[in-house]
Amino acid sequence: MGLSAATIKEDFPILSRTIDGRPLVYLDSANSTHKPRQVIDAMANFMRNSYAPVNRSSYRLAAESNDFYEGARSRVQAFINARKAHEVIFTKNATEALNLIVQSWGRANLSAGDVVLLTHMEHHANIVPWQMLQAEKGFTIRWVPLTDDGQLDLTDLDRLLDGAKVFSFTAMSNVLGTITPVRRLTDAAHAAGALAIVDGCQYVPHHATDVHALGADFLAFSSHKLCGPTGVGVLWGHESLLDAMPPFLGGGNMISDVRLDGFDTAELPSKFEAGTPPIIEVVGLGAAVDYLDSIGMAAIRQHEMDLTGYALRTLKERFGDDIRIYGPDNVEVRGATLSFDFRGIHPHDVSQVLDQTNVCVRAGHHCAKPLMRILGTPATTRASFYIYNDEHDADALADALDSATDIFGF
Amino acid sequence: MPGLEDLYREIILDHYRTPRNRGALDTPPAVVAQGHNPLCGDEIQVYLLVDGDVVQDVKVGGQGCSISQSSASMMTQAIKGKSVAEAHRILDAFRRMMGLEVDGDPEDVNLGDLEALQGVVKFPVRIKCATLAWTTLAQAMDDAGA
Repeated sequence: MGLSAATIKEDFPILSRTIDGRPLVYLDSANSTHKPRQVIDAMANFMRNSYAPVNRSSYRLAAESNDFYEGARSRVQAFINARKAHEVIFTKNATEALNLIVQSWGRANLSAGDVVLLTHMEHHANIVPWQMLQAEKGFTIRWVPLTDDGQLDLTDLDRLLDGAKVFSFTAMSNVLGTITPVRRLTDAAHAAGALAIVDGCQYVPHHATDVHALGADFLAFSSHKLCGPTGVGVLWGHESLLDAMPPFLGGGNMISDVRLDGFDTAELPSKFEAGTPPIIEVVGLGAAVDYLDSIGMAAIRQHEMDLTGYALRTLKERFGDDIRIYGPDNVEVRGATLSFDFRGIHPHDVSQVLDQTNVCVRAGHHCAKPLMRILGTPATTRASFYIYNDEHDADALADALDSATDIFGF
Repeated sequence: MPGLEDLYREIILDHYRTPRNRGALDTPPAVVAQGHNPLCGDEIQVYLLVDGDVVQDVKVGGQGCSISQSSASMMTQAIKGKSVAEAHRILDAFRRMMGLEVDGDPEDVNLGDLEALQGVVKFPVRIKCATLAWTTLAQAMDDAGA
């Protein structure tokens, strides 16, 4: 049963908004998605009726609030098929989740002479934390290169993994839309004795996710890219790994005892949740996960494959060689994120013209400057689709590009 | 296209299509400053040759959008051959036109073609595009001790 984007759109109050009398054509969901009333209401109702601090106070309202907070953890656990709820750590965002891995696991396990393997299609959040630690520890970073159509070139994977302690990679590129062969990569990492860290920011919102089927050791993703609020991200890790790791941030909640001469850390998940967590946002994330489950992740993936195919065909039929869409053509290995160059017009100008008809796209380097350099362009225009988009939005994008031709077509 | 006439004025598109003073100068005697717009990834170089009190030559390299490129092109025309003091006056006046805070009292400076960029102020996210070359020029003037 396919999903109806028109029906889903009605769940998102902001998508009935108009600017200059025109509806929004929101094509920036790889950046951040909009929020359905189910999430907005869950957060508002929680604040109205059940809010209290968690993990501290013993009155009944606090216990109720705690149930909401931990209930959301259980829903996220089920959403990614984690074995244990306390393997799910709530962070500020996915960036913090990746920094947590690097600063905790990496600092304890990496030293000069070690090798970290990344790929050329990583987001800055999966590059810079490693480079920061590298500056202290002096380990080597190797890179998996790309093929001409924007997939990982795995020709030399075994050689690149030889001696590596960790392989950290995205499950889906935020620029190219490429879906990487996660299971093949985690298997190869494990065969080489390396840990496999999966950046799931662009993958988890669009695919049924099973951390065990993926073979991941760690998975990081954000709430705000899957219809949840900003301010919370998720780190999942194997219990045995998380247990062995030193804490990341120190403070309240993450300790079992503090003395003048030192401290003992709390059990999971509190060990990695120092300070008052984003309680309201976590409740919103739980509601977002419920919302996506109610639609069905398989239906979401099918919808996006159909829509991606339509958008690719439409843009190529209408613009031919005037548009260069990065990443693979095959919708089996790409998500609904289309980065492109249009007639050599600077992406900032393209997005400016598109905005006149409320077509919201992102122009820039998409926090992937190394990839931009490899593509040989400082910036791309990126249109990214989600559950509330349909063919009309792809048509609106194409129509708006015609206007860019009118102004800049010289 | 309605709403965009103020931004994409014909003179702006003309400078974008055929930018003036593109290229590089030998360093030394010229100095070069690098400018980045972290928002969009644009990178430009401003080459500046100051001889005594005069801006002998200025060239711009790199790439960017219509607003940053046309602004850079018009900037080179506005300051080339001018005295260093006059270049500073133009720089300050342009920054003021873009709504940036500048020390000292406003002076009456004729910005000529550059006034076409006034419409950018209505599009706040593009102000950084328009000022990229100028911020880089200011750095180059510093480096040149001018």
